[in-house]
Amino acid sequence: MGQSDIALIRQHLIDPEICIRCNTCEATCPVGAITHDSRNYVVDAEKCNLCMACVPPCPTGSIDNWRSMPKARAWPIEDQLQWDSLPDELSPEELGVAVQSDTTVAGQGNAASESGHAVTGSDGTALADRTAGHASATTPGNWGSTLPPWSAAHPYTNLYGPRSTTRAVTATVAGNVRVTAAGREYDTHHIVLDFGATPFPVLEGQSIGIVPPGSDADGRPHHPRQYSISSPRNGERPGYNNLSLTVKRVLTDHEGRPVRGVASNFLCDLAVGDTVTVTGPFGASFLMPNHPRSHIVMICTGTGSAPMRAMTEWRRRQRSTGSFEGSKLMLFFGARSQEELPYFGPLQKLPHDFIDINLAFSRTPGQPRRHVQDVMRERAADLAPLLSNPDAFFYVCGLKAMEEGVMLALQEIARAAQLDWQATAESMKRDGRLHLETY
Amino acid sequence: MSSINYSDKIPNNVNLSEDRALQRALEQWQPNYLAWWNDMGPEGSQDFDVYLRTAVSVDPQGWAQFGHVKMPDYRWGIFLNPAEHDRKIHFGDHKGEAAWQDVPGEHRANLRRIIVTQGDTEPASVEQQRHLGLTCPSQYDLRNLFQVNVEEGRHLWAMVYLLHKYFGRDGREEGEALLERRSGQQDNPRILQAFNEPTPDWLSFFMFTYFTDRDGKFQLCALAESSFDPLARTTKFMLTEEAHHMFVGESGISRVIQRTCAAMNQLRTDDPRTLREAGVIDLPTIQRYLNFHFSVTIDLFGADESSNAATFYSSGLKGRYEEGKRNDDHTLHGQTYRVLGVKEGKLVEREVPMLNALNEVLRDDYIRDSIGGVERWNRVIEKAGIAFRLRAPHKAFHRNIGSLAGIRVSPEGQVVSQAEWNANVDNWLPSTGDRAFVASLMGRVVEPGRFANWIAPPALGINRQAADFEYIRFN
Repeated sequence: MGQSDIALIRQHLIDPEICIRCNTCEATCPVGAITHDSRNYVVDAEKCNLCMACVPPCPTGSIDNWRSMPKARAWPIEDQLQWDSLPDELSPEELGVAVQSDTTVAGQGNAASESGHAVTGSDGTALADRTAGHASATTPGNWGSTLPPWSAAHPYTNLYGPRSTTRAVTATVAGNVRVTAAGREYDTHHIVLDFGATPFPVLEGQSIGIVPPGSDADGRPHHPRQYSISSPRNGERPGYNNLSLTVKRVLTDHEGRPVRGVASNFLCDLAVGDTVTVTGPFGASFLMPNHPRSHIVMICTGTGSAPMRAMTEWRRRQRSTGSFEGSKLMLFFGARSQEELPYFGPLQKLPHDFIDINLAFSRTPGQPRRHVQDVMRERAADLAPLLSNPDAFFYVCGLKAMEEGVMLALQEIARAAQLDWQATAESMKRDGRLHLETY
Repeated sequence: MSSINYSDKIPNNVNLSEDRALQRALEQWQPNYLAWWNDMGPEGSQDFDVYLRTAVSVDPQGWAQFGHVKMPDYRWGIFLNPAEHDRKIHFGDHKGEAAWQDVPGEHRANLRRIIVTQGDTEPASVEQQRHLGLTCPSQYDLRNLFQVNVEEGRHLWAMVYLLHKYFGRDGREEGEALLERRSGQQDNPRILQAFNEPTPDWLSFFMFTYFTDRDGKFQLCALAESSFDPLARTTKFMLTEEAHHMFVGESGISRVIQRTCAAMNQLRTDDPRTLREAGVIDLPTIQRYLNFHFSVTIDLFGADESSNAATFYSSGLKGRYEEGKRNDDHTLHGQTYRVLGVKEGKLVEREVPMLNALNEVLRDDYIRDSIGGVERWNRVIEKAGIAFRLRAPHKAFHRNIGSLAGIRVSPEGQVVSQAEWNANVDNWLPSTGDRAFVASLMGRVVEPGRFANWIAPPALGINRQAADFEYIRFN
């Protein structure tokens, strides 16, 4: 679970203009989140667990309304009871600013955070919705684009989820291998899920939801955890209906306190032939460009490498066609040590004229700490022209903490190259050229 | 004799496939039901593919399955809400005892009467509405009408299930009789008078589904409290469907009002004649229809003082609306309630034992609930910037049952003479002219996405379908 997701929720609301007060939702709600007075029926955001049980019975459709809201500012039921109509959706700017001021507060209670690139989206909200709220603590707005590159392939989203006809499907584990060096601390797995005949078309950069079996401490079914896929669109094994995930076993939270991640441990312990409940696909903006001579700059840490692996692999498979001659791939990849870096071995085998790989290790004994942003600064001469190149697309994925450093580094690189950072960042956002996915 | 694939043809959660006695009973009844549907169900529509919601189980996912089906092939299922473990009777003289899973002998006749009266309204309303399809204002509305019809049919199934399962031979005979009575037929009419009135036009249909189906909701709510557990569980599930009927009514009227207000603003007039010439229903006419349906419906709750009501309550057969949410002793002995009567030409309140006034209690709950919707209609008018407001008439207006029967009272609650009544009745209730005008607007519109001139399109399609979705395939 990322801080951004804690700060930003999809609030469930009932449209008072369409509701006819039939009470079906209140009678259906298994957690008592819906109540009413003589005027309106309302949903308590504190109690609602987004189980969607109230949605099909509603005869009017008034129940199916959602607003992105900073959690701390979710509409209280007292306000909702006064409404004659639903409030407008907050603008991305309002959301961005609001998230910025609420992040610290919300983040403090974030004890049981789940990493391994698990992004909680319990209502199955598309990544695009959620990334709209990303904002760095030091930047005035949010820089991440909510639009895909112009040459992105069209994604399918929410085929399976709480608001779809079929809420979830089953996938079979076709492979589960460890992709970090042996050792207790860095246990990252490459997991292949096969969908058989079930339609599940995905694109690089999209994610899927995994529903861990069982229920949480309150007895509710676990909500789905989102994982970016790490395989390209035509399957982990080309031509097969499968995909792969990169999952880090979570044993501590962001502050280092011991916590067993529910979904990551479930996934890492799976055996071939086991089945998994899956929702998705999600995400409509963190997608790769597909036009000739388009360049991709990938900046990531840890399991944030999943979408980068997917994009790299798709370009690698296209390589023999010659379509992408003259296209640059640059990868900035950070980890504490070489042992922690997933796919370290296979990465080394990629030809240098295909991908420009820059690794940063922050805890190599006897070496100074190096973060991805340090290596980016070293490559400023190559990055600066790409910042202003309309055919270059930037992707950032990893822990929330890296985002600020990366954005600062990009800003410095732009300024050193006499670029107007504000204008550059705005155009990158507008043109779908800068994508952030941090957690 | 037809053989039935029980779990497929009749979705149920009453273990029908293993209950031989019930199977035999239903095998007799089912062909007769289908024959009734073909005779008295929606006219000339049996071959259409209709986009219907079918319940296949009682969980939230299972009971809203959408798809195109022919109405005679609709899967009329039998569903009870999941049982509440160890449920106790929570009102009346048996309060605190275990709820009944079978019918106690001493309450058999009364329970059967309650179930039959409720069951009789279900096929009755299908019969009342059977010609409406010929004048539908859109495919969307036609689909909603058919949905209401098949669900009334399912509610009949639900009541017949109880009769067959728990009342033996008497129950089977009552089940047959439910298929034999006919709405409006002189020699074998439906039990309640409001269900023998015709539903001649779509404005009446929307008013009926708003006001009269809401009576159904309140009766079902009261039965959902019953000590007879199978009845409580059946009616609870029926309530989820009843909500759709009220939606059809409330949104239907709301759309008529919206269209009228748009025309008023466009033509800058509130003159009924000009508006009628423009092909929309003027607000005073809507008010008169409202007065009619409101007053006819509140009669359905029965006499304001009734010893039957007291017996039904004390013996635990029928509770009050939201009985479980009330904070009193739930036995009501020694408590009083104020009911209206007339003394010396004036309406006066008098105190009567609450147990005898339970019909009035339910009627007052109903009135509060239905006024809420009238206020929501007023918001549509207000939003259009028009000064007119709709009002529910006084409770004593145009009553034909109880101590207020036959007394002439204006919609504002003033007792008036017969002469005053005669002079004003056409301002208070729909006149022959009003009905003829509304009837003149009723022409069939069935092109996908098109709506008759007198009604606005809905805010949302059914199951979020697009505006021009083909809800009906006419084949």
